[in-house]
Amino acid sequence: MNAQQASLSAQDASAGSAANPDALSLQGVRVTFLSRDQPGQRYTAVDATDLHIASGEFVSVVGPTGCGKSTLLNIAAGLLEPSAGRVEVFGKPLQGINRRAGYMFQTESLMPWRSARDNVAAGLEFRGLPPALREEQANAWLARVGLAGFEDRFPHQMSGGMRKRTALAQTLILDPDLILMDEPFSALDIQTRQLMENELLALWSAKRKAVLFITHDLDEAIAMSDRVVVMSAGPASRPIGEFVIDLPRPRDVAEIRLEARFNALHAAIWEVLRDEVLKGYRQQLPGLPPQALAP
Amino acid sequence: MNPAHGLGLLAARLAVLLAVLLIWHVFARDPQVAFFIGEPLKVAGQVISWFVTEADIYPHLAVTLLETVMAFAIGTVFGLLMGLWLALSPIAAAILDPYIKALNAMPRVILAPIFSVWFGLGMASKVALAITLVFFIVFFNVYQGVREVSPVILANAKMLGASQKQLLRAVYLPSATSWVFSSLHTSVGLAFVGAVVGEYLGSARGVGYLILQAEGTFDINTVIAGIVVLTFCALLLDMLVTLTEKRLLTWQPRQGETEKL
Repeated sequence: MNAQQASLSAQDASAGSAANPDALSLQGVRVTFLSRDQPGQRYTAVDATDLHIASGEFVSVVGPTGCGKSTLLNIAAGLLEPSAGRVEVFGKPLQGINRRAGYMFQTESLMPWRSARDNVAAGLEFRGLPPALREEQANAWLARVGLAGFEDRFPHQMSGGMRKRTALAQTLILDPDLILMDEPFSALDIQTRQLMENELLALWSAKRKAVLFITHDLDEAIAMSDRVVVMSAGPASRPIGEFVIDLPRPRDVAEIRLEARFNALHAAIWEVLRDEVLKGYRQQLPGLPPQALAP
Repeated sequence: MNPAHGLGLLAARLAVLLAVLLIWHVFARDPQVAFFIGEPLKVAGQVISWFVTEADIYPHLAVTLLETVMAFAIGTVFGLLMGLWLALSPIAAAILDPYIKALNAMPRVILAPIFSVWFGLGMASKVALAITLVFFIVFFNVYQGVREVSPVILANAKMLGASQKQLLRAVYLPSATSWVFSSLHTSVGLAFVGAVVGEYLGSARGVGYLILQAEGTFDINTVIAGIVVLTFCALLLDMLVTLTEKRLLTWQPRQGETEKL
């Protein structure tokens, strides 16, 4: 615990002295998976990837299914080590788990044996906060994501949307400087989803932390982000386009879709994305007749 | 009356019991047949004499139950620890794998004579035998359970800053506990089997010993009475497990109980 705190403060000190380093910086990252059963078989998910996220910037990564978006996120989180390339977090090479990042997963990540409150308080518990203090903070965060009164519910007693809110509170309670989100709302229905997108934007604009947001939904990416990065279809996918989203903030994700600038950006990004989506489809469904995939 | 619900169900179940007892009683009227299958009334008389008139079964019952509880507790703790250890250290698991498979495949009841030699004819040898039965049930469940902990929950806990020790306490252990509970019914039953079989194979006390004595004098009624008592005890233990389970595993969804908002 002490060593952990020491390394954290050391990072803080260096981040202050360096000239505004990026919250996350990937340089020439390649990830090649080896098949466990047949060591000769390789699969390169991500190749030659450069990605920089400034402090406080909201960046979305879009791309066809299976293009290694989640792999990229796991690299940034320190859960995966790249086969080649450099990963830097606030100017420091990343080693092991990224302690300055919070990660919101695509699938269920709550501990089913803990109540909502204990799930949200888990990170504080791991940091050694006394029970009374962490319970108080957890309750406050649950209230902030609209779950006041549901503190004692277990995950199985909550709906999908409520579980996502709990997971959001669980991530944000630690006040991470870099928030990694892997299609966090893809399992929600469209109304709940837009509500949560707006709430996330509100929470984000209050603190302005760096966000790396993975999604397959271009509308969501444009509505939320400062910048959208388009990945090519896998294998060996890499960023092939970058678009600055110059829409004014604060935004309402439902209303902003009606604006002309939104549509212009959407058309421009889709122009790049479309070919990759089709390429991805062809790889996954080689039996499909060509005319079925004609643009 | 609907035979699938409430009172109707109870009545139907009692009817089955009465029918079986009646058929048994009718066949037992022939003394030559009764020698082999016993007589329900005499069996009932023996049970009443044990519990009420003579009241001499209690020390034996206490011994058997104590053996069961001790074997269950020790076997569960060892199974849990071994399961956690092997699931978390793949190298140890790989080395020990064939031996664990061999020990599990072995008919372990055959260890009873060895345990008698090692631990004597007292309670220790029965407890040891029952432990060997309980241990493997719990061990395999925990081993499997820990290896199947959701990788997302694990990654999430790591991202929230859990150290290895904290992962063990916050993720692996609770996850393993639920697997221990799912094996509880089986392992309590087997602890009981181990204790009784141990007594039956050689002892000076316990319900198994009573049955062994009665068998020696061809007293089939007492043998059956012993079986009846053991069955009731097993049912009681099972109910106890169900109660504990309900209290400790509140976080698990039960069918028809999931309340979504």
